[in-house]
Amino acid sequence: MNLIEKVKGLFAGKKAAAEAPAFSSSQKKSENIIEIKGITKVFDGVTVLDDLSLGIKRGQFVTLLGPSGCGKTTLLRLIAGFETPTEGEIYIEGVPITSIPPFKRPVNTVFQKYALFPHLNVFKNVAFGLKLRKIADPTAKKGYRKFTSEEIEKKVNRALKLVGLEDYGHRDVNSLSGGQQQRVAIARAIVCEPKVLLLDEPLGALDLKMRKEMQIELKKMHEDLGITFIFVTHDQEEALTMSDMVVVMNDGIIQQIDRPKKIYDEPKNAFVADFIGESNLLSGVMEKDYSIAFLGKTLPCVDKGFEKNEKVDVVIRPEDIVIKEGAGKGHFDGKVLTTVFKGTYYEMIVLASDYEFTVQSQIEYRPGAEVSLEIVPDSIHIMKKILTINKYIGSVTDEGVVSFCGGDFSIPTDGFETGDEVIVYVPFDAVELTDDESDGVICASVTQSIYKGTYYQVQVYTDTDEDFYIDTADEWDMDDRVGIRIDGAKVRLEKYLPEADEEAAE
Amino acid sequence: MTKKAKVFRPTAFAFPYLAVTLVFVIVPLILVLVYAFRGADGGFTLQNFRQVFTEPESLRQLGKTVGIAALSTAICLVIAYTVAFVLASQPFNKMAILALLFVIPMWINFMLRIFALQSLLSVIGIGKGFAAVIIGMVYDFFPYMLLPIYTVLVNMDKSYVEASRDLGANPVQTFFKVTLPLSLPGVISGVSMMFMPIFSSYAITKTMGNMNTTVIGAAIASLFENVNYGDYGYGSALSFVLLLIVLLVMFLGNLLSRRVTKAPKGGKA
Repeated sequence: MNLIEKVKGLFAGKKAAAEAPAFSSSQKKSENIIEIKGITKVFDGVTVLDDLSLGIKRGQFVTLLGPSGCGKTTLLRLIAGFETPTEGEIYIEGVPITSIPPFKRPVNTVFQKYALFPHLNVFKNVAFGLKLRKIADPTAKKGYRKFTSEEIEKKVNRALKLVGLEDYGHRDVNSLSGGQQQRVAIARAIVCEPKVLLLDEPLGALDLKMRKEMQIELKKMHEDLGITFIFVTHDQEEALTMSDMVVVMNDGIIQQIDRPKKIYDEPKNAFVADFIGESNLLSGVMEKDYSIAFLGKTLPCVDKGFEKNEKVDVVIRPEDIVIKEGAGKGHFDGKVLTTVFKGTYYEMIVLASDYEFTVQSQIEYRPGAEVSLEIVPDSIHIMKKILTINKYIGSVTDEGVVSFCGGDFSIPTDGFETGDEVIVYVPFDAVELTDDESDGVICASVTQSIYKGTYYQVQVYTDTDEDFYIDTADEWDMDDRVGIRIDGAKVRLEKYLPEADEEAAE
Repeated sequence: MTKKAKVFRPTAFAFPYLAVTLVFVIVPLILVLVYAFRGADGGFTLQNFRQVFTEPESLRQLGKTVGIAALSTAICLVIAYTVAFVLASQPFNKMAILALLFVIPMWINFMLRIFALQSLLSVIGIGKGFAAVIIGMVYDFFPYMLLPIYTVLVNMDKSYVEASRDLGANPVQTFFKVTLPLSLPGVISGVSMMFMPIFSSYAITKTMGNMNTTVIGAAIASLFENVNYGDYGYGSALSFVLLLIVLLVMFLGNLLSRRVTKAPKGGKA
């Protein structure tokens, strides 16, 4: 397309002259356009981003993906300059930017609700940034000049053409549909020729059909413009469709950075596997290389390098399970519980070995049908367990009583003196949750509940700001208030030496 | 449904108010009109209006009224906008109590406030006169100006300001290109809530002013109050002209605010 070539030329040629001198004079041409180093952001005592580091390659379409509250939008706002980090530094082309106000940064943002100026028409909205821009001009008195109205008109019209709104310049922004407003917002940002375009869940307000269209158009725009896009979304499908690189975040920490295919095929941990796509998540034991035991069977797999008998998480994608009619034809025999038609395939819940497998197949099996499930080595993904034991710092307050996380628990204290500082190791299955808060020694709320095949792994957050992981047979709802009791016999104590264990002190 | 049920429609509750309006607003207005066009002999005349536009004293008073109203409104606007802007911005916007503090004087009796202010001013050496009148106006109408502007600013979507900064506008440019235009509806309602009452009120000028600050409202009052020199016809004509000016200002204000606000935000085609 001729137009696209022209736009490309426009963005490539004038970039250097148009930017603030600090950025154009930077000689550093590293592969990463943005370098985020050790960023921590605390809002009112809550850590939203925790010592996060990330490099973003020039020209890539990078997606920050995660559930709401994972810190992805905060990270974007830190890059845009609307927030300042509590700790850490962000570099754009090697220049530290955390002390530079947003209006001097070489980035532009497409806002979640577009934030188009209601008192300006479409043309004036798009021209807003250009009218303010100072461009280097040695012949001018002050060494710079402003764009002439002809130049502005040309650029604005070109940007409007790029987003398919050529004849909308005179229109009132409030008279546009959501999709059109979205396009104006994009035109307004790219007309400023940013080095990095930041997009904060820009498709969230659109209906499904419109969203699909805009996904394709955004992807095409990214290819045409050749600038770096950082895209924030909680929609995993959107992230996988559009990105060159996906950054999966949770609790202010990066869980995995990878290409979309790898994120899907090789999730690094249980969170990523659970968040990206449908998956069967189980707990298993790596008996030896290429051999995994779960649900009472030992199956061949393609993974190695784990310790002998290491406890691991196992992910099996529903479309990877081969389902056959009748028992005894695969690894597990089961019974279909439910069948749902999903447009191009059937999704069935199959109960086998007390685990509810989610299975996708082109062939429909009615509820109640006897089936066998075959799981080929290639489809078994094995991930290291992030945490295998809860670890806290406490002190022995009396014989048989250890105080930690704001509660006094009865734990055998043989070999320790009253007043000793101890590290308390609490296995996941030593914790018991109680429905009634007052039945527990301390109180907490449920933050996560993942089914692991034979049990649920529940994560709770105590009122004293500690995380507890619990293996339990019952499912707990998010945000449920619970009490925590501990089976003292299963807890192990260790003498606490402050300098030896900094990690546990956190 | 019985017929009886039909008689008591909700609109029936509006009738008492309608009656009061009719008796105490519409009828007096008609009386004003009648008096304005009635000569001393009881017949139709335009003499009263001729007097309004030819008498130098009344024209001067009219001009003075416009001047005082415009000046005090302008001063009040600048002060109130600054206060509203600060109250609506970051650390303060979570403390609605602060805005309340500025409104509390409204709860004190109007005349009491004026007398108190006047004695305060005379203590610091500002006697009755033009300056005292302006200060009195600004002081008295401040909450009416503050509240609408504060409400608009505190409810304004912060992403507009962020978008402006993102596009390269510094804080000053952001204020004049985004915040101020978007807060104009508040400014317009604040101005009309101050400008128009000042126009017809004369309590402040009477208490805080002197011979030189007699406004048209006071002149009209004296025409009706003074038993010996009273002139109902001339007074009514003056009132009528005043009413027309207020209507004109209201009309212009509405026109402006409609142009500024256009469609509600987030409206879709």
